[in-house]
Amino acid sequence: MIAFSVNGKHIDLEVDPSTPLLWVIREQLGLTGTKYGCGMAQCGACTVHINGEAVRSCVAPVSRAGGKSVTTIEGLSPDLSSPLQRAWLEEDVPQCGYCQSGQLMSAAVLLREKPKPTDEDIDEAMTGNICRCGTYPRIRKAIHRAAEMVAKGGAR
Amino acid sequence: MIRRKLERRDFLKISVAASGGLLIGFQFPRISALASAPSSSALGASTNSFMPNAFVRIGTDERVTVIVNHSEMGQGVYTSLPMLLADELDADWTKVGFEPAPVDPKYNHPAFGMQMTGGSSSVYSGLQQFREAGAAARAMLIAAAAQQWSVPASDCRTESGAVLHGSRKLSYGQLAGTAAKLTPPEHVQLKDPKDFKLIGKPIKRLDTPEKLNGGAVFGIDVKLPGMVTAVIARPPIFGAKMKSFDDARARSMPGVKKIVAIPAGVAVIADTFWQAKTAREALRVEWDEGAMQNFNTSEMMHQFRERAKAPGTSVRKDGDVATASVAKKIEAVYEVPYLSHLMMEPLNCVVDLRADSCEVWTGSQFQTIDRANAAKVAGLPPEKVQLHTTFLGGGFGRRANPQSDFVVEAVYVAKAAGVPVKVIWTREDDMQGGWYRPAFLHAIEGGVDASGNAVSWRSRLVGQSIMAGTPFAAAMMKGKAYDPASVEGVDDLPYEIPNLTVESHQAEIGVPVQWLRSVGHSHTAFATECFVDELAGLAQKDPYQFRRALLQKHPRHLGVLDLAAQKAGWGKPLPKGMGRGIAVHFAFESYSAHVAEVSVEDGNVRVHRMVCAIDCGQYVNPGIIAAQTEGGAIFGASAALFQELTFDKGRLQQTNFNSFPVMRMNECPSIETHIVDNHEKSGGIGEPGVPCAAPAIANAVFAATGKRIRKLPIRMSEAV
Repeated sequence: MIAFSVNGKHIDLEVDPSTPLLWVIREQLGLTGTKYGCGMAQCGACTVHINGEAVRSCVAPVSRAGGKSVTTIEGLSPDLSSPLQRAWLEEDVPQCGYCQSGQLMSAAVLLREKPKPTDEDIDEAMTGNICRCGTYPRIRKAIHRAAEMVAKGGAR
Repeated sequence: MIRRKLERRDFLKISVAASGGLLIGFQFPRISALASAPSSSALGASTNSFMPNAFVRIGTDERVTVIVNHSEMGQGVYTSLPMLLADELDADWTKVGFEPAPVDPKYNHPAFGMQMTGGSSSVYSGLQQFREAGAAARAMLIAAAAQQWSVPASDCRTESGAVLHGSRKLSYGQLAGTAAKLTPPEHVQLKDPKDFKLIGKPIKRLDTPEKLNGGAVFGIDVKLPGMVTAVIARPPIFGAKMKSFDDARARSMPGVKKIVAIPAGVAVIADTFWQAKTAREALRVEWDEGAMQNFNTSEMMHQFRERAKAPGTSVRKDGDVATASVAKKIEAVYEVPYLSHLMMEPLNCVVDLRADSCEVWTGSQFQTIDRANAAKVAGLPPEKVQLHTTFLGGGFGRRANPQSDFVVEAVYVAKAAGVPVKVIWTREDDMQGGWYRPAFLHAIEGGVDASGNAVSWRSRLVGQSIMAGTPFAAAMMKGKAYDPASVEGVDDLPYEIPNLTVESHQAEIGVPVQWLRSVGHSHTAFATECFVDELAGLAQKDPYQFRRALLQKHPRHLGVLDLAAQKAGWGKPLPKGMGRGIAVHFAFESYSAHVAEVSVEDGNVRVHRMVCAIDCGQYVNPGIIAAQTEGGAIFGASAALFQELTFDKGRLQQTNFNSFPVMRMNECPSIETHIVDNHEKSGGIGEPGVPCAAPAIANAVFAATGKRIRKLPIRMSEAV
């Protein structure tokens, strides 16, 4: 039995503790916003937060989440009110959209740690997240825009 | 994907009977043909809705739902096609939504006679269709209001989802019930482009919100009650056959339901993906390795090089290369490798097979063909099979497989499972599963006269055919001894060179190949645009001016070339160690030019800036066009800088993103897109941004280092 919380909800689960957190989230919990892309922490599509830290859930055994608090894209802000989601909307970032959950989850940690990120900060924080459609220029703009929103106090 | 040059009548002759027992005829649905829409219940509509044709449904709640017959794989069709319809309808854009079309001949591609997404053609092929559908709905709503008010229809006007007459106003939702009883008009009047309210504006995409909160459903996200998950052990070498398998250990592993041989390999069916994948690792399969067991790509390239020494099948012959009076000549051999599409969402397919029906959920670019192929395996007529198109986590051509490989195998697995099943490909399965952009060798010889004018050019290409062996071969190859998809982009080389020959050698190799974003243009633009630079060097002329002189009769090529050069500041000095390169290309009915700025340090090429100019004629959504052009440049740059699939002893050497890299945020240049504003016939946008990236970068590397790049991916150790 593994106990943890996902997006504020308490979960008790009977599951092989070596199963990657990604597949538990997707298949057992039915939260499919977190994506499978590579299975070896190469692409970042599976990024979630464990106790606020960005984690590649495809290589993190579910046991690592035991007793901790997991946030997935569904928990970022379902009504799209977070500055990042608003900035992503304003810059019309996604193309196919498959990698964007992971991009947003990585960007959320970046903004929390560096409220006014430089381009170098963005490179460092976002280089683990691949986008095959090539939305990088818009992701960069959207992160700067979200940072401005936060700075102006117009958002949480 | 499939090139537009295909003449429409050729598709009359296409039958996919060979693959699925379905005869496809050419049809161009007009308004009258569209009137018999699929029953609204089939599309989940309420009985109160107004569905004047197959493409739009208006509810009493004011919702305007546009039914889109092309797949959303990132290129924005769930926004651009609704914009076309909504503009003619004078809809309130805030009430407009989209819905993927079911598989039905009504939703066939007007030019290709089947339901599909490819060739960068969704918008230009749907332009008339979607505008007419919106205009027809509008005419019926006006007629309904006029009837209610007892006034002539011609006295009514429409605005933002309502019909108006003087101070009176009825919303489309209020009119839906009455309008539904009217007969659709035979002919409709389309707007004058100056009256467009949506077309031409950077309208935000309709599918963005659900892509930001995990709500968007891709094929891999589909869940059905009682569904199991399968992975398949596929042959390690193309053409290898399963001899036997030992599942003693795998069978007893947790969650495993069944392990079964299917034509594609051995399927491991379990409760969850992780259980299936873990059990597959415990499975032992013996393969008869077959004819490809010693296949090696460097040997293949060596053979290609030898073959290019002999004349090939003639594709184009202007003047006579042999007798051209050449003062100085040069020879270059360009090589490009096999490439994987590498969509972020690996292939997957969900199948619910019953005794008398089969439902398929997947991100398909080839609905008609996938349905036909699924039906054949299911043993059902195609009309008993429905395919639900989900969001595609990238497509790039891979999800348009002539054999429906990822759908067919899932139907086989469903047969064995007896319950709904989802087949998931791991990243490694996806990369190793074939259907690559073919590797090509392109040998070019050319020369200039005493005044430095290009007077001679001979291209010889060696590579596999994409079309051969597909249901499209007869129509696409039209009795030619070469595949047009191998030579597109060089067969129509626009430069004024009096003696110009293009020849093709078709290689027969057992690696499955397929169209990949920009298809033949992905390699012909690299070779031709690099060679034009080499000729300019031979003539001691500036590469931009050299091109200009050869394109005097091609104003739209010149237009994008000049625009890119001017915006990039062509000719202005760059910091030491940096270089600027230019390329121009026509593909998918659009003109594109790129200028790249690069530096080379310790043998590593860094692209700092790309300036892209695009002329796609009358455009629909400049925001989406900029996104596609940027994305295309990054896609092309990824291939130019990093990507190569290689085989040794028949086995692919690459498995995942670590061995087949994609450009990342820290490697991404700043990119500017400049769109030519005109009212020419609309062209494509999904693919035209790709071809110029590699040659612009390669030419910039020469400007920076004096070294020529003749092989992709770029390695300075191989530069000449």
